Amino acid sequence: MTTAAGSLATLLVLADGRLPAGGHAHSSGLEAQVSAGRIRHLADVDAFLRGRLATGGLVASAFAGAGCARTHAIEDLDFAFEVRTPSPALRHASRAQGKALFRAGRAMWPAPALHRPDVHQPVALGVVAAAAGLAPEQAAVAAAWHTISGPASAAVRLLGLDPYGVHALLARLAPDCDTIATKAMTYLEKSLDDLPADGAPLLDIGAEHHATWEVRLFAS
Amino acid sequence: MPHKDTDGTVPHGHGPMDPGPDPHAPLTENRRALRIGIGGPVGSGKTALVAALCRSLAAELRLAVVTNDIYTTEDADFLLRNGVLPASHVRAVETGCCPHTAIRDDISANLDAVEDLEAQLGPLDLILVESGGDNLTATFSKGLIDAQIFVVDVAGGDKVPRKGGPGVTTADLLVINKTDLAPLVGADLSVMDRDARARRGDLPTIFQSIAEDKGASQVAAWVRAQVTSRVAVA
Ligand SMILES: Nc1nc2c(ncn2[C@@H]2O[C@H](COP(=O)(O)OP(=O)(O)O)[C@@H](O)[C@H]2O)c(=O)[nH]1
Ligand SMILES: [Mg+2]
Repeated sequence: MTTAAGSLATLLVLADGRLPAGGHAHSSGLEAQVSAGRIRHLADVDAFLRGRLATGGLVASAFAGAGCARTHAIEDLDFAFEVRTPSPALRHASRAQGKALFRAGRAMWPAPALHRPDVHQPVALGVVAAAAGLAPEQAAVAAAWHTISGPASAAVRLLGLDPYGVHALLARLAPDCDTIATKAMTYLEKSLDDLPADGAPLLDIGAEHHATWEVRLFAS
Repeated sequence: MPHKDTDGTVPHGHGPMDPGPDPHAPLTENRRALRIGIGGPVGSGKTALVAALCRSLAAELRLAVVTNDIYTTEDADFLLRNGVLPASHVRAVETGCCPHTAIRDDISANLDAVEDLEAQLGPLDLILVESGGDNLTATFSKGLIDAQIFVVDVAGGDKVPRKGGPGVTTADLLVINKTDLAPLVGADLSVMDRDARARRGDLPTIFQSIAEDKGASQVAAWVRAQVTSRVAVA
């Protein structure tokens, strides 16, 4: 399925890490893994980001694409994402970011669809992308990018890694974001049950531990 | 279960401190609370000031606190231990290693916390937002707060006002705290006063020691005036 693409610069606005949509306070599970000693070096971050993109990245990408295309009712899509997120802490983090994204979206591209109860971040991303006049595939690529850009920036802050090294990883993974988004588009005509459900159990467990810490730097 | 509420904040599980119905008559009917940001370097006395203001104002204003400190439960415990505010009136926001981002560039989690407090507690007169300790350039966004207090301390050296920075230069109120320590660290308060005036023009500066004035009475009077003048223009 192809839809006329929206403004590329608008896509850059939506995908910008400085978008005030709550992302800076989340590490996408990285803080828990750093503290567990599993992630120390650039190569570990590389593996983490690849894993993220192939699992949560594909799911987020498919749900953002569907949220933008409106192939399903938003409530149904939101519920389908909810049941794909076993960790209560991650459900909470995703909803908080969906809420923040709607807040930012309402300021940028006012649309009735953005005045609604909060939904999970990828679904919200799809709805906001539609309000911005973007195409589903653009929403999908923004979602894929979001799943790796957030933890990459957290890695720079938590591990003091060379920011050029981390951005080199991101540049290498950028074509993979396109590939994931293309794959996500193949789910557009599928039923809710057939949308991707890839996950990473260790991240779910890590997120639940993380939520109990007394001192943490990131919200998730 | 650590996560029950629906905003970006962490609830503090201190149980049976619910204050019940609020005894104070509403000051600002149908209006959101006045929001005052309290910023400044680590250790300058922001939490001590929040506690002092709660002590001075809790009997006359309906107030709540949002903290951005990484030792969130510690701050809430401190307010609890000192009996100045029940846990239900304190929210903590996580800032992802970037305290200034959470109060300036991406204020979403703080806005969620502020709005959630008002939704949970009913109308409030005043919400104090304490920033995570940061440097002299960290100031609050006007999208988050109505007025801001910048707290520095005498122990940081009497050069701080001269160094300036947006906090010292533009805050609606500059508080120079821990004056009791001035003789111990060899800080000259008159130098700080002169430099603060030079930097700040007509904006007010208050010298205080919370160690000696547990209710931070001058700052409390300034805050009270902010709330009152807002009611007057409502
Ligand atoms: N001597 C002295 N100590 C103070 C004063 N105000 C705060 N402190 C102490 O300074 C330390 C840091 O204060 P705190 O409020 O936690 O700083 P924050 O990091 O800015 O929130 C604590 O040990 C306070 O008891 C004061 O006026 N005089
Ligand atoms: Mg503090």
